[in-house]
Amino acid sequence: MPVIRVGNGAGFWGDNLDAPRVLAERGRLEYLTLEYLAELTLSILAHQRSRNPQAGFISDFLTVLESLTPALAAQPQLKIVTNAGGMAPQTCARQAAAILAGASLGDVAVAAASGDDLFPRLDDLIGGGESFANFDSGLALGDSRSQIASANAYLGAAGIVTALSQGARVIITGRVADASLTVGPAIHEFGWSWTDWDRLAAATVAGHLIECGAQVTGGMFSGWTPGLALENLGYPIAEISDGGQVVITKPAATGGRVSVETVAEQLVYEIGDPAHYLTPDVDADFSHVRLAQVGPDRVEVIGAKGNPAPPRFKVSMAYSDGYMASGTLVICGDQAAAKARACGELILSRLRAAGVNLARTHIECLGTGDTLPGVWDRNDDALEVVLRVSVHDPSRAAVERFVREFSPLVGSGPPGVTGYTGPRPSPYPVFAYWPTTIARERVLPVVEVRKAVDWAGMKVDQSGS
Amino acid sequence: MSTIPLSTIAHARSGDKGNHANVGVIAYTPAGFEFLGRFLTESRMVQYLLPLRPRQVERFEMPGILAYNFLLFDILAGGASRSLRTDSQGKVLSAAVLEMQIPAPPNLDQMLPISGKAKNSHG
Repeated sequence: MPVIRVGNGAGFWGDNLDAPRVLAERGRLEYLTLEYLAELTLSILAHQRSRNPQAGFISDFLTVLESLTPALAAQPQLKIVTNAGGMAPQTCARQAAAILAGASLGDVAVAAASGDDLFPRLDDLIGGGESFANFDSGLALGDSRSQIASANAYLGAAGIVTALSQGARVIITGRVADASLTVGPAIHEFGWSWTDWDRLAAATVAGHLIECGAQVTGGMFSGWTPGLALENLGYPIAEISDGGQVVITKPAATGGRVSVETVAEQLVYEIGDPAHYLTPDVDADFSHVRLAQVGPDRVEVIGAKGNPAPPRFKVSMAYSDGYMASGTLVICGDQAAAKARACGELILSRLRAAGVNLARTHIECLGTGDTLPGVWDRNDDALEVVLRVSVHDPSRAAVERFVREFSPLVGSGPPGVTGYTGPRPSPYPVFAYWPTTIARERVLPVVEVRKAVDWAGMKVDQSGS
Repeated sequence: MSTIPLSTIAHARSGDKGNHANVGVIAYTPAGFEFLGRFLTESRMVQYLLPLRPRQVERFEMPGILAYNFLLFDILAGGASRSLRTDSQGKVLSAAVLEMQIPAPPNLDQMLPISGKAKNSHG
């Protein structure tokens, strides 16, 4: 096959739930990827699993899979690759298999690809010489060890390739590098060597461009106009050839746009040094990439180069770090900004008077420039301002006391206070980010492939103990 | 002196990496890219974003797309996991950078996007 078409129907957990079905119906895809895991998502999923052993994966994926069963039935070439497995790939696979079996797709092979979860063997790894020092702060793990809530290595494409080679059509992973969801299919289809660095880099840049979904097809675009038709926005497709040519496009008759400008903006999104875009599969050099509009909503991506994959995998750890909450009020009329600021100070002052001294607090008067204080031109004359107060403290009780201070201000505060209806905000646990690395030889993908009908009744142990 | 917003000659996008953010600034034309190379230095970016107190700013060149990528270290006040700000992930940084007032270059007409419309020039 000279060219494969890989579409990405989800850029994050919370993205458009119709996009995958539309992309599968109209995209003429060989592969549909669905990307759900931000840096901290796994710690949230670990927290969910600690309360419910059947949880720990992205449940939205099951809703999406249900909507995809007609396309899977009608298009035998279509495969799905997703990191929806989160902290529980086998549990997710089992439930996905039940949906497929219920839709007369019981013969479809479903894979669970894991091996990324380091938490169960963290102490063994530390004993074996891994320091897990924070690579941003340089801090040693030390006392933070007792607060670690999750630890997941970013695996590469190897587990996905193994699953595809064993005939899987639906591949559910835990934490993998986002671009690997695209690199895996390319390696499987074209038989590239694991040291074919330039072609791995080409598939990696393709994966980087489509991994955020609509962000390359007109979403988040600084050239926004009302005419972009974002309500009907098409999600992206990467056409990848055996030679490593890449074209980014989207289905015809959809809104949005694929232009040199939309693609350039996604190319620079969330990158550090463009000459070293590191993934488990390759050290990709995007610094001399060029873009060419080769047709309506078709942009070719030229010039990605690759160097050997890094010897260490990135690991995202999260540690428990107290509780946060935020509350808002809308404040209007003359001196709205001054009134809003005074309300924010009043809330914190009342708490201090009650003996509650929150460790971290922040007051914003939104509408005056406070999203980036000191950077926007100030607008202190606004007649309508949103007061937002957010706090962070080790004590859940302290944060619960804080959230009760908003609604009273309607009657006991300055004039023009509104926006107090709706449920009281809730404190939520904070999982702080601890980025580190591990030697790649200490982490191996684990792949299980079964027909959908054979997943039912499988005993799944993902207690993480 | 005549100033114009940076958005007249470039577009941009920002995102996060832990407690750091990056802003990619993409010129519309080679003349704009050449101007950005001279004018939009690391220290200019530091100065503009000084109220947010980045620890360091590093600039990387991407000549193939006429862009400079700025890595802004420790600008996010804790990042997605610990920031108390509304914009915990730096998504609006690019919009703010595009509002930067720059001196109108003499060859401004060579830096405009293909449609040729100059936006918001201030006399």
